Amino acid sequence: MADHADGPLLSTPLTDLHRELGARLVPFAGYEMPVQYPAGIIAEHSHTREKAGLFDVSHMGQAWLIGPDHETTARALEAMVPSDVAVLKPGRQRYTVLLNAEGGIVDDLMVSRPQGAENDGRLFLVVNASRKAVDYELIKANLPDNVKLEPVEDRALIALQGPMAAEVMAAHAPAAADMAFMGVAEMEFDGIAVYVSRSGYTGEDGYEISVPAGAAEPLARALLADERVAPIGLGARDSLRLEAGLCLYGHDLDETTSPVEGAITFVLQKRRKDEADFPGAARILSELAEGPSRVRVGLTLAGRAPAREGAEIRAADGSVIGVLTSGGFAPTLGAPIAMGYVDPAHAGVGTPVKLVVRGRELEASIADMPFVPQRYHRKPSA
Amino acid sequence: MSTRYTEDHEWITVEGDVATVGITDYAQQQLGDVVFVELPEVGRKVSKGDEAAVVESVKAASEVYAPLDGEIVEANGVLADEPGKVNEDPEGAAWFVKIRLADISQIDSLMDEAAYKAFVEGI
Repeated sequence: MADHADGPLLSTPLTDLHRELGARLVPFAGYEMPVQYPAGIIAEHSHTREKAGLFDVSHMGQAWLIGPDHETTARALEAMVPSDVAVLKPGRQRYTVLLNAEGGIVDDLMVSRPQGAENDGRLFLVVNASRKAVDYELIKANLPDNVKLEPVEDRALIALQGPMAAEVMAAHAPAAADMAFMGVAEMEFDGIAVYVSRSGYTGEDGYEISVPAGAAEPLARALLADERVAPIGLGARDSLRLEAGLCLYGHDLDETTSPVEGAITFVLQKRRKDEADFPGAARILSELAEGPSRVRVGLTLAGRAPAREGAEIRAADGSVIGVLTSGGFAPTLGAPIAMGYVDPAHAGVGTPVKLVVRGRELEASIADMPFVPQRYHRKPSA
Repeated sequence: MSTRYTEDHEWITVEGDVATVGITDYAQQQLGDVVFVELPEVGRKVSKGDEAAVVESVKAASEVYAPLDGEIVEANGVLADEPGKVNEDPEGAAWFVKIRLADISQIDSLMDEAAYKAFVEGI
């Protein structure tokens, strides 16, 4: 969430539309982005949980990794991530992390493999806005000569999230209705060629739609014309992802945290663990076997006062056991929630702890995540 | 007496030697949805510029400063249970504190409504 002070702020293909909709625009990762619309964060948050919210996430990095065939491209990416990319089937997406040599997380990202023989050897990456430059440099430096990184600068990315997202989407892109969670497909949206994934960052069913920049505004307007859809800003995006227990890079994950500490060990697949050939494998496998020195946990607070990033976490006896990395108010629960890192000895669900806010100790306890149940679209047979 | 304002977007009305203090409509709009208000203890002595309360919105915590010297004589308990009142009625029911002023003449240093309006327009 670095606010780049140098240079003018970048806009997205939807910036004019945000202004027209009355958004409050703020600097975010070098872009001028809507933090909220006139409805406000709580109303936008609830709308997404109840109906469908439209998010402009065009600031995120979209890029193709292009090699001669799937095996070659997948192996090239596997040199930088701990996930099994080779096994990814056409039309499927996976969450993974770029690792540094110490096993620290350089970024978290989505990687997908498009369908179709003509796309063999192509992988599509979606990375964090604030990490684009770092990621691309790292990836380029580690690719073999026959695999290229092609950042995509001429497309917008629009997310549609919420329990009504599928019905809304079906009216414009019927093929989207049949997609499984973490599926990807090329399709037409009112005649516009789009690349769609069934995934998101809210804990709800929904889609992320990669669309040519010139067609982004018509697509957004077509979705917003549906009375079930409202525009949602970054404020609610943050409260939604926190309730869903999802990490925000630069806060809950950084270059010092490993996937084991970050409690995202699902990015590690068996073949990669057996082969132990990813960056930082020695540290990560040792943490898996013996436990990490700190681990990400969720926390619920007894009172109404929220605790924010940076608040110290103390054990019942007053000793310091960790620090919050995210914290705020959960509109769905009507109560404050937080995420942080603690000594694993104190990580058990229900463990009472204290959070230090403005010099005072607030009562809290370690909680299961997600805080609000995820409602992804699961096909019985997918 | 007419309402006075600070550059920190607080409003102040005075009856006798007691000032009622809250945040302006502009301030609540900037904060967004208020989810928690921390108020000072009655009896606390405050100096102009001291942190007198904290407003938590969904996004962040913001301090409310004592606009004048004095002693807290009342805090608006309604805000503990209904912090959203700050968004609904910031310049009325959602006042924050009442302060017995040490020196009533200090209010002359604060902006009147016209000056505050011009101040906000200049932001």
